[in-house]
Amino acid sequence: MNTKLATILLLASASGLAACAKKAPADTPPPPVDDTRPVTTPTPAVTPSGPAIGTQAHFAQAVGSSTTIYFDTDKYNIDTQDAAALQAQAQYFARFPQITFTIEGHADERGTREYNIALGERRAAAAKAYLVSLGVDGNRIAVVSHGKERPVALGSNEAAWAQNRRAASVIINR
Amino acid sequence: MTAKFLFLLTAALVAVPAAAQAQGAPVGDDQPVETIAIEGDDDEPLRGTVTDESAWSDIGIAIPAFATERERPTPANADGTGALGREIARVITANLRNNGLFKPVGPDSLPQPAFAQVRAPTYGTWSGKGAEMLVQGYVTARDDGRLAVGCYLYDVQLQQQLVKEGWVVAPADWRRAAHKCSDLIFSRLTGESPFFDSRIAYIAETGPKGARVKRLAIMDSDGANHRFLTPGSATALTPRYSPDYSKILYLSYVDGNPRIYVYDIGTGRQTLVTENRNPTLAPRWSPDGKYILYSMAIGGNTDIYRVPATGGQSIKLTDTPGIDVGGSYSPDGTKIVFESDRSGSQQCYVMDADGSNQKRISFSGGRCATPEWSPRGDQIAFTRIAGDFNVAVMNTSGGGVRVLTRGWQDEAPTWAPNGRIIQFFRTEKNTGRSSIWQVDLTGQNERRLPTPVDASDPAWGPIRP
Repeated sequence: MNTKLATILLLASASGLAACAKKAPADTPPPPVDDTRPVTTPTPAVTPSGPAIGTQAHFAQAVGSSTTIYFDTDKYNIDTQDAAALQAQAQYFARFPQITFTIEGHADERGTREYNIALGERRAAAAKAYLVSLGVDGNRIAVVSHGKERPVALGSNEAAWAQNRRAASVIINR
Repeated sequence: MTAKFLFLLTAALVAVPAAAQAQGAPVGDDQPVETIAIEGDDDEPLRGTVTDESAWSDIGIAIPAFATERERPTPANADGTGALGREIARVITANLRNNGLFKPVGPDSLPQPAFAQVRAPTYGTWSGKGAEMLVQGYVTARDDGRLAVGCYLYDVQLQQQLVKEGWVVAPADWRRAAHKCSDLIFSRLTGESPFFDSRIAYIAETGPKGARVKRLAIMDSDGANHRFLTPGSATALTPRYSPDYSKILYLSYVDGNPRIYVYDIGTGRQTLVTENRNPTLAPRWSPDGKYILYSMAIGGNTDIYRVPATGGQSIKLTDTPGIDVGGSYSPDGTKIVFESDRSGSQQCYVMDADGSNQKRISFSGGRCATPEWSPRGDQIAFTRIAGDFNVAVMNTSGGGVRVLTRGWQDEAPTWAPNGRIIQFFRTEKNTGRSSIWQVDLTGQNERRLPTPVDASDPAWGPIRP
């Protein structure tokens, strides 16, 4: 596992990835091409290659959209959906105990700037506390808040705001 | 406390073009402007010249170009002191027009007085033009390169000088002399304290909504002498000028976390206010510049702390479960108004400066956020959230709430040094684009402040010495 860590890549921030991450993509390699032309070089064996352990992509591939949990307006409680997502995260982090990560808390634009930074921290802290209660060592988890500064959904409507009120777990390797 | 006058007319919006100095135009040392004695009559005693409150908007005030005794080159203007005298009059005209009180007519529409007429106006000319008040002045380039500027205000009908003052400034500070003259006229005619000679710190914004670039920036109260202070590679937020204008407190994400820095404007050096892994935010100065308030979030709970501006131990001022954030001192430094959601939603509270006697003052419906104590001590401006976000004021006990704006999202009011005008930023729905606006305490004369790019988080500094 340690040698695989040597191939760690720095990836884009969680907000971009969280928005894209849906279910884990199908893992099967493409079927071999039925090619009648004479082949002069041997076709290399196709091995499944994916993101390296310790990268955000690896995490997102394993837990899908569960990298991010969502909140109601002004709220910071962990509801049943959030709990399920955090369970998936906790299982992942138990499988790879050497990984440390950051929880980024966010708020929607419909709040004042400084309060929203504090609210983002509150959401990230709630997610961290829940993960700790599931057995993840708190020392592996950093907390940061971006307030309303990093929306993923750009409209000014309830649907967009609901996507922005979030706490995203991000593997950041420095 | 009744207003001494009523603003009837909303002045036409005049965009004052910011000086085309994008990056680092020399601002000049921030020294006190030297006042000099100038020749002229003794000032007329204040007699409350305007008895009819409705008359303000009808007062024509003529501001011809400032004269120069001897045409000389000056770094302040490529075309010499004569052209500079015209520019000075233009700055004064724009100041008085933009603040909605008067109907000034500027140098481009008026004859230019000769130097000898500055202290001996030809009243007949001016009363013939319908001017009730007349501003005349001169600018002289001294041998040491500095500029001497004299400013005179005359009552045309009474044929009397009302007030005069002179200043000596470095050429780079010529606009300050124009602002000092504007303040002199404004104060003499309205009885209010001055505010034109001041600067604003704010956040300049560019880029798409999902990846906003935010830079720390400063400018004069009319948008001139603009400077960017940070490059924008890290998000900068919520700046505050120190009371002596030498430093700016602000929030930066330069190391990926929200951290508070003191930016020394003279040296460009930045110092971290507190070493802490927890998110820190909402920095504020005490009125004497000796203390810094900041808020820190730990495990979902945010409280307000105070630390000496020179560094040292922080003391905790609030200690309730909930988000306590911000903090604005009363001008005498004895009390602090702040916001807290300890009751379940954002409301405004007042406490003594040592953190004791915390009492909620906002009870008039909706939520209260970002409270700011007026420099006059008599009002608190705040963001009122009741569906939309608007700028409102209340007295220091929370009564007398008046909502001053009607935008979709207006937030974060900041007071002019004289406690009569409020700046805030307005966010546009959907695009999320922000701009800085001003409104006066009566809710009149709402106007946009011109900035080179989008703008937010304005922080108005005090009157410059």
